[in-house]
This record gives sequence, C-alpha cells and structure tokens, in this order.
Amino acid sequence: MQPTQISGLFNTPISMANITDKLPLGIAILDKNRRVITINSAYEALSGFYREDIQGIPCFHITRSRLCMQNCPMEHGPNHFEPVSIETDIINKCREMIPVEINLSPVQDHQDNCVGYVETIKDLRSIKDNALLTHHAYAFDNLIGKSNEMTKLFQHIPLLAQSDSAILITGETGTGKDILAETIHQASNRSKGPFVKVNCGALPETLLESELFGHQKGAFTGAVENKPGRFRLAHNGTLFLTEIGDLPLSLQVKLLTFLDDQVVYPLGSTKGFQANVRVIAATHCNLDQMVKEKKFRQDLMFRLNVVRLHLPPLKKRGADVRLIMDHFIHEFSSRFNKQINGFSKEALDKLMGYAFPGNVRELRNCVEYAINICQNDEIQLEHLPAYIAESDAVNNDQKNEMIEPSTWVMPAQTSASNEIQKWSDMEKNMIISALVEAKGRRNQAAALLGWGRSTLWRKIKQYGLDN
Amino acid sequence: MIIKPNTKILIPLFSNQIAPRFDLATNVCIVIIEDNLFQQKTVVLPRSSAEELCYYILTEKIDTVICGGIEDEYFQYLIWKKVNVIDNVIGTCDQVAKRLRTDCPSSGEILNE
Repeated sequence: MQPTQISGLFNTPISMANITDKLPLGIAILDKNRRVITINSAYEALSGFYREDIQGIPCFHITRSRLCMQNCPMEHGPNHFEPVSIETDIINKCREMIPVEINLSPVQDHQDNCVGYVETIKDLRSIKDNALLTHHAYAFDNLIGKSNEMTKLFQHIPLLAQSDSAILITGETGTGKDILAETIHQASNRSKGPFVKVNCGALPETLLESELFGHQKGAFTGAVENKPGRFRLAHNGTLFLTEIGDLPLSLQVKLLTFLDDQVVYPLGSTKGFQANVRVIAATHCNLDQMVKEKKFRQDLMFRLNVVRLHLPPLKKRGADVRLIMDHFIHEFSSRFNKQINGFSKEALDKLMGYAFPGNVRELRNCVEYAINICQNDEIQLEHLPAYIAESDAVNNDQKNEMIEPSTWVMPAQTSASNEIQKWSDMEKNMIISALVEAKGRRNQAAALLGWGRSTLWRKIKQYGLDN
Repeated sequence: MIIKPNTKILIPLFSNQIAPRFDLATNVCIVIIEDNLFQQKTVVLPRSSAEELCYYILTEKIDTVICGGIEDEYFQYLIWKKVNVIDNVIGTCDQVAKRLRTDCPSSGEILNE
C-alpha cells in the first residue's frame, strides 16, 4: 500500500507519516463519509489498530468513544458543525477504557466544501490520576467547606456539571460565586472549551451589547471591523454572566431570545450564529424583589432560574471559618516564604467573633494582611487589621444574632444545679436563659432554642413564665 | 472456528453494524442455529448498560457473543460464565449472519463488504 503523500507543502512531496508520526497526539484523517484514510503512530498505540488494516472503515469502529454512539457531531453533516473539543472515553483493542479528549474539525477545500475531517485524541489517564492525588478532603476544586450547606453543594456540582441547564448562582458579595461557576465549568464536559466571564455591571449599555453579541463592520461609527462577541467566543464552552442584576432591560430581552433559540445576531448583522454555550449567571441582588419592582424581567428570571444555587454567607457556615482560615494561612505562608503556624488565642477569638460582612474575600484579605505584617511564627492580635482588632461589642452583637441553635449552649447553672431533677425544670431554666440571652426578644429566644415561636409561646404559658 | 449445532449467538448492534462498544449498545441481534436452521431476531434493550447486558446474556443462555470493543472486566466475567466472547469484530450484522452459515468469525476480524 502506498503511504499517504503530501505535496505542495515542502519542495518535495513527503509522506504524511513523516509529519504526524512524531507527534504525541493521536491523529486520524477521515474522508467526508467518516471513513478512515490514515492514522498516526500515537493513534495506533492508543486504539490498538494498525493503519494498514483500517483504511475505509467507518471511524466509529476504530475510535470506539462514547461520543461515537451517543452524539457524534459529524452526524448532522459537515456544514452544521464547528470544531469541537470534548472529553469522553474510548475502549481500545486491549479492552482498556481510556479517558480521552477528542478534537474534531472539518477540512474544507477552496470552495468551502467539506472534503473530510481531522480527529485528534489525547490520552487523559495521567491527568486524571494526578487529579485524584491532588484531591483535598473538605474541598471541591477551589471551594472549601465542611458545613452542611457546602457539603450538599459539593454533592450537586458533579450532577449539575453534566447537564447544559442554565444556572443561577446567588449569594452575598465575597461568597465565591465566580469560583463556583468556574468549578462547574471545570467539572463539565465543556472544561476544554472556553470559560468566558462578563461583568454585566462593568460596561455601559451600548458597549455591553457589542461586547456580548458582537458587531458587524460598519454597524456603527467606529465599528471598523467585525467583532465576534463573548457569546461566540464562548462557543463550546461556558459563558458566565456575573452581576446579572445590573443587566439593562433592553439587553435582558436579547439575552432571553438567545436562551430560547441559542442563536446570536451580532449588531448590524442579519445572519445568526448558532452558539453552543452554557449560560451561568450570578448576582448578589435579590432578583425576586427586582422582578416585583419591574427592574428585572420575570420571563428572564424564569429562564435563568432552571437551577438555583445559593452560597451561604460565611457567618452561616459555622466550622468552615476555621477551615478557610487555616487554608489561607498555609497558602500565604508558602507564598511569602514565612513559617507561620497559626493564630494566638486572642487573635483567633477576635476573628471568630467578627461577623465578616465581606465573607470569604474579607477573611482572605485579613489573613493576607496578618501574614504580611507578622514577623513571628504566630499571628497576634496586633497583626490583625485595625478595624478588626478594634472591633467592639457592636460587632459581637451582630455575631450573637446569627448564632445557630446547634452552636448555642445554655449557660451553666451557678447554683442549685444539683436540685434540678426533672426535665420540666431543666426546660424552664433553658427558656429563662434563652430569654435573658436574647434580652427578652421572644423571636430570638425561640431561634436560640431551635423552636418555632409558637412552641416557645406555648411553653412559656405552660410554665407560667408570662406573669 | 466451526459453529456447534444448537447454538445461540448474541451480537450487540449500533444501527445495522456490530456495536463498537458493548457497554453502549441498546439493540442486540440474537441468532439461533438449530439443526442447520437459522433464526434471527432483534431485541431492543431498555437502556445501555454492560452489567444488564451480561445479565441478559446469562438469562437467555447465550453461547457466543460477537462484539466490537468490550471492557476486560465484562470480557473476563463472560468467559468465567462459560460464554464464548469474540471481540474486536468489525462489520455489519448481515455480514456476521452470512459468515455464520459457514463458520464463526475470529477475534479482531474485519468483515469486508
């Protein structure tokens, strides 16, 4: 059999194998009917087939990837697909299942007619093995936490990553909305595609439209060339729209149209582009309230709200504060080449008593500041930022308000504790202590006890405490 | 390889081709050879699953499986259960059926049109 020749590229025609066999990536050249023309050495090693045996065989018999049998991009014809990059797996001739990344691209002639396809296969076994080694306990990618809310979230991420549903991430500023969006992208099949982030609040309305959807040359003054737009740039990947609450109403309509039919119309163009993009939106605003105030379109809200993930504020994450603190100490100590082991008791008490309105971002900055300032092996109170070190009872009051039932402990009895024999006496004392703690506010006392307000009211009546 | 009389052969399908992956096949063709009489039927499975297909093979008392790619775990399991597995076969279902009238294809064989 004659080896496949390439002519016109160099001075003399050369064998195709001379170019492709030296590359560590598996390469297959397919004709327009998806039959194998040739493969390179790396492809032979990965699949177990020899190029001489498989000429003219349909490619799915050789590649044997999950993609081939479930959703082959070439199935719809060469004119209906753009180059794709997908993570999947193959079963080779040696009966091994191998995780791979497949890139598939059509080859066109001078008249833009498809003459075939190029397929590359990258073995991901080493990467997957390393990923397992670097896995941390109490973490999912860059997100750290062991509180119930975060554990639940970590369980949902792999499931949500596998679908293409729109996701709406809510949460206060600094809770990690951007990191969560990127984590979902990295855990999905689109991880090899682009992750494009757009801050809807950062650009004026006119610029934002052109930034998101692109424009055609001459669409407006200054549009001297075609611009693809972020939607097109995110093709085969994920588009992350942060601060979606700041998106102007006119663009909300355009975004809604895109979410419905997945076609992008650049400014000044009548020709649409079918973009395969997953949209993740995030906001710190209360979108439900904004819908009521007519500042956000209800239909867009419904369209984005397919899956809603809420990141709890740091004050509601209990033991996570300490975990995140330790993580940042370790990170910044190694980055700044310092040997810092932790916080002194006073500094730790001060930090644990602080409410952190800026959430994880504020905590991170605080630890970074302390490690910069600290010259010893332990961070003292004076190494903390002044606004935290000098924070007073006002902040502590805020902290008390957010104490959760599980973390509140009834103060120990100073006297006559031995006399308490019955549960009813114990319960009565608990109610009194909670009311004292809450300064007589029944709502707060009920929250401290972990009861409903009506339960507390009934018990107060029962023990005659309302007199 | 000569086929024994009274034998039951299963071929996982992908359209009219031998499925490139055993674990992803949702249709199977069952060929029953009885006293030189060939019966052929196609069965649609509820979902693609290697475990469920192995279970189906055992409950249907299949003697031979002719398939494309199969993971070693399932290959060894079927062998252990005394099912003859001929894997890495490339071709259409009709080509296999035609071939079975004379003999059985061998592992790694490409059945030419």
